[in-house]
Formats: sequence, C-alpha cells, structure tokens
Amino acid sequence: MIGSLGELLRRAWRHPSGRWGGGVLLLIGIAALLAPPFLQDPAAMRDVVAGATGPSLAHPFGTDALNRDILSRVANGARVSLAVAGLAVVLSLSVGSAVGLIAGYAGGWVDAVLMRTVDAALAIPRLFVILLLLVVWERIPLVALILVLGTTGWFATSRLVRGEVLRLRHEPFVLAVEGLGATPRRTLVRHLLPNAAGPLLVAATLGVGDVILLEAGLSFLGLGIQPPTPSWGGMVLDARPLIVSAPWTALFPGAAIVLTVLSVNLVGDALQAALDPRSA
Amino acid sequence: MSSLLEVHDLTIRFPALSGYAVPVSAVSLRLERGETLALVGESGSGKTLTGLALLGLVPHPGRVDSTSRVLLDGVDVTRLTGDALRAIRGGRIGIVFQDALTSLTPVLTVGNQLREAITAHRRMSAQAARDAAVALLGEVGLPDPASTYGAYPHELSGGQRQRALIAIALAGEPDLLIADEATTALDVTVQAQVLETLDRLRATRGMAILLITHDLGLVAGRADRVAVMYAGQIVEEASTASLFAAPAHPYTRALFRAIPRLENPVDQLIPIQGNVPLPEEWHVGCRFQPRCGEALDRCATLDPPVVPLAPGASSRCWLPALRDQ
Repeated sequence: MIGSLGELLRRAWRHPSGRWGGGVLLLIGIAALLAPPFLQDPAAMRDVVAGATGPSLAHPFGTDALNRDILSRVANGARVSLAVAGLAVVLSLSVGSAVGLIAGYAGGWVDAVLMRTVDAALAIPRLFVILLLLVVWERIPLVALILVLGTTGWFATSRLVRGEVLRLRHEPFVLAVEGLGATPRRTLVRHLLPNAAGPLLVAATLGVGDVILLEAGLSFLGLGIQPPTPSWGGMVLDARPLIVSAPWTALFPGAAIVLTVLSVNLVGDALQAALDPRSA
Repeated sequence: MSSLLEVHDLTIRFPALSGYAVPVSAVSLRLERGETLALVGESGSGKTLTGLALLGLVPHPGRVDSTSRVLLDGVDVTRLTGDALRAIRGGRIGIVFQDALTSLTPVLTVGNQLREAITAHRRMSAQAARDAAVALLGEVGLPDPASTYGAYPHELSGGQRQRALIAIALAGEPDLLIADEATTALDVTVQAQVLETLDRLRATRGMAILLITHDLGLVAGRADRVAVMYAGQIVEEASTASLFAAPAHPYTRALFRAIPRLENPVDQLIPIQGNVPLPEEWHVGCRFQPRCGEALDRCATLDPPVVPLAPGASSRCWLPALRDQ
C-alpha cells in the first residue's frame, strides 16, 4: 500500500517515463517562468516589413510574419497554456470530487440523479459542448475559457471519487469517525477524499494533457486564447499560410505542444504505475 | 442521583423478507458512573448492535423502536438528531472498535486524527490541541507519544494501534467508554495490558466502561457487573462475583463449561451443541430452548419470565420461576 503522496511521487520518479516526462516538464515550466525578464516582449514587432526570418543567433527559433521572436512567444505561450490547463483541471477536480463524494455518500435517488446526469454528459462529445458554449462571446475572456474547459472535464473524476467512497464507506474507520461525532462533511472531506488522492493525481495529470491539447485546438480554430496573447495553437494558426515558405513558424509552437503533452502523459503513466503495487 | 445510562426495552428491527428481523429485543441495562459493565455474548447475539444504538449508529436499514429509550443522564439519545447527537458521540460516549487497523483512517497520521477528535468537542488552539494529543497518547500507555503522534496507522503494531484508538475515543472526555471487543484482536499479554490501561483510566477519570466481549475469561476481575446476552435478549444479569460463583441461567452455565481450565483435562470441555439461531428463526418460547439441556416442555411454547434473584441480578428462565412456586 502507498503510505503517502510523497512516497507515490518518489516511486513515480524512479520510473523512467516519470523521470523523462517530469524532467522535460520541469524545463518547460522554468522556461515559462523565466521568459519575461530575459526574452523579448512577445508583442514587440521590430521591423514588420522584414517579415519571417529563419532561425539565427539573435532569434534561435526565428521570427514570425510580423517579425516577432518565436522563442519568446513559445515561452510566453507556455505560461498561458500551463496556467489555463492547470486552473481548468483544478476546477474540474473540485467539481468532480464534490459530486462524487455526495453521490457516493448519499446513495439512493441523489446518487441516481447525479450519476445519470454524468452518464448523459459523457455521451455528448466534449469539443462539441465547448464550441457551443464559446460562441456566446465575441471575444472570449481568458476566465471564460478556463471555466468552460473546467466545467466540461469533471465527469470522469466524479465517477472515480464515487467509486472510492463506495469502496470505503462501510470500512470500520468511517463508523469510528462518525462515532466520534464527525459531521458528514468532515467524514467525506477529511477521511474519505484523501484516500482517493493517488487516483486523483493520475487523473489530474492526464487531464492537464487533455486540456492543453483542447486549448491548442480551440486557439487554432480562433476560439481559444485571443491574440495578441501568444498561444501555441494560435501561433500554428498564424503560421498556416507560411508553412512552406517559413516552416519554423509552425514547427516550434507545434513541437512545444507535442513535447508538453507527451511529458505530461509520461508523468501520468509513471504515477499510474507507481499506484499499482504489482508494478513495483 | 440517577444512573449515568439507563436503557429501557431497546428493540432494533431490520426489514426482512417476511416482516422484520429483531436482532435486539427489549434489552434493558443500567450503568452507574465509574462502573464497568460487561456485555457478554456469542457472535450474532446483538451485543455490538446494542453498543451502536447507544450512539445512534444503528446501520441502515435498521430501526430502533419508538418505545425504546436510551437515557444518558435522563436525556433520550434515540430522540436526538444532528448536532445534539454529534455532541454525544465522542463527547459523552466514546467507542473503541475491535479492528484497530481498519478503524483508523489509513491516510492520516495518528496525531492528525487525535487532534481532530479533540477539537471536535473542545475549543482550543492548534498548539494546545497538539499538546493535549501527545499527553493523551502518553496517558494510554504508549511508550513514545511524540513519535506515535507523527506515525501513520500502518506503521504501528496492533497493540499500539489499539491504544491510539482508545486515546482518540477519550479525546472528547466522555463519561462512558464503549469497548466493543476492543482487545479481541490482540495477543493475550497485550490484551491484559490494554485492559489494565482501561481500568486505570476508568479510575482516574471516573468514567464508566461498557465492555462488550464474547470472552467470559476477560470479564473476571475487570467488570463490576455482567449482562449475558443470547439471541438478542439479556438472559442473565449479576455481579461478576456471583455470576462466576453461581451462574443461574442454563446458557451461562453452558458457557462456563465450554471454557478450558487448567485443573481439568481438555476432553472435559463441553461445547454447546448447535448454533445461535438467526433472528429469522426465533419463535415463541425460550430462544435457548433448542440447545438447552435442562429445557422443560413449556420452554418451547411460553416466553420465560425475567426472574429477580438478588438486587441487580436476574435470570430469564422458567427454572427459578417454577422453583419458587
């Protein structure tokens, strides 16, 4: 049995994919954090007429059609992408956990209503719902994007948490906690939810990968992060007419998406393996 | 002053295929402050359910009959709900269960759970709660309270876990501690130590103990009085001394014959034939009658009366009732 979250993380780190994924993710995170002081302002257009220039010493990733530094824009794009994905996943984990806890603990018709709602929601493609919701805005605010991504991603989480509550609710420790005068809320949040921490962490990690991809796709469709805020999906969109004449304009933001999602999923796999005692 | 706890006609029903199963029927108990009462019975006799009912914890879909009363200092616990009931749980009545490993939340440290139990019933600062928690761990006889405080349940031995569980049950400074088979899972030596600790706590805190157990041997020297439970009823109640000297009910006598003794050869152990009947199988008449060696004709058809034998002692049996006539 995994005793603590710390031990889970240590075991995941011992896994090769955990180390590779975690390492790359760490590098991307550092780049995103350090971007503003060292790199050119992503909105700065130095010499628009010069257009897209290839990779050089001054601009290792080259410049885009408006002669903006692509390295700087990719690094700043990481800030936005990771922040949006992180907040959206925190939101969906919170909602999913709350619904799962209530459904599993209350049982009966409360459980039935909540879980059938989740079943119905899972039957509708997520991207379709997101597109429908986002057309409400002419210019999509960042908060709205986070809310929409967060509130459409909690269904699987609620099932996961509900399953954990159902597994544990007849364990003696739940009776013991109730026998000590704990309120249902305290029993759920303090004693049942932490038991789901491992599986939740895996779900969160994989969820981050999903949301980064979704956000890049939406930005590529023009429905995600709005220019001039740099986003990886938006950069690939801008690069479309230049894909032959200036391939680097699409290559670097595209590679950033692939690398990030790949590392996130590697970390997720490693966590999953670390949770499973048979893999030790 | 009235008794700390008075249970009158506690009856618990569960819906069954045909009507109801009644695993606890008309149980009455009385417990004074600072007293230890042992509730002894085989598995399935309803003793655990009786303990849970004192806290309003009868599991779904069980129901306590509306005629039942559980009076804690005159307040009927069966009528309480919500915050009033939660104040009783842990605050007035603490409970310790048998399986200490599964009775502790596996993902939280012992100190964390103990501190939570303390602050649930007493207002104090985080630092004061921490100090109180470490003090409690020392009070229940854990050798190194500070390191136990930071340990997870799986890092402790069985005896340590049981002591930690007792500390948690004591956190709300209850007037009554229910120990439901609290030492059954332990080695006999550890068992004796834990019981010793319980007895010391009873004396220093003036707390009453309801000792729920299937082990008559455990009762001797620990309990002031004993109530023997069989098939959902209390069949005999007596002071520990008189119960051991002269058990009155045929079931109690049969229990004593089934205990191995050093002075007797093992082949003289006499098991009680058959099993405790399931609640669905109960019929009119004495519930022990099918297994009783002394049964009379009427035992199968007429409910035996509760016959008072001495102050505070009684037996639910036809034999003494007829003898007196």
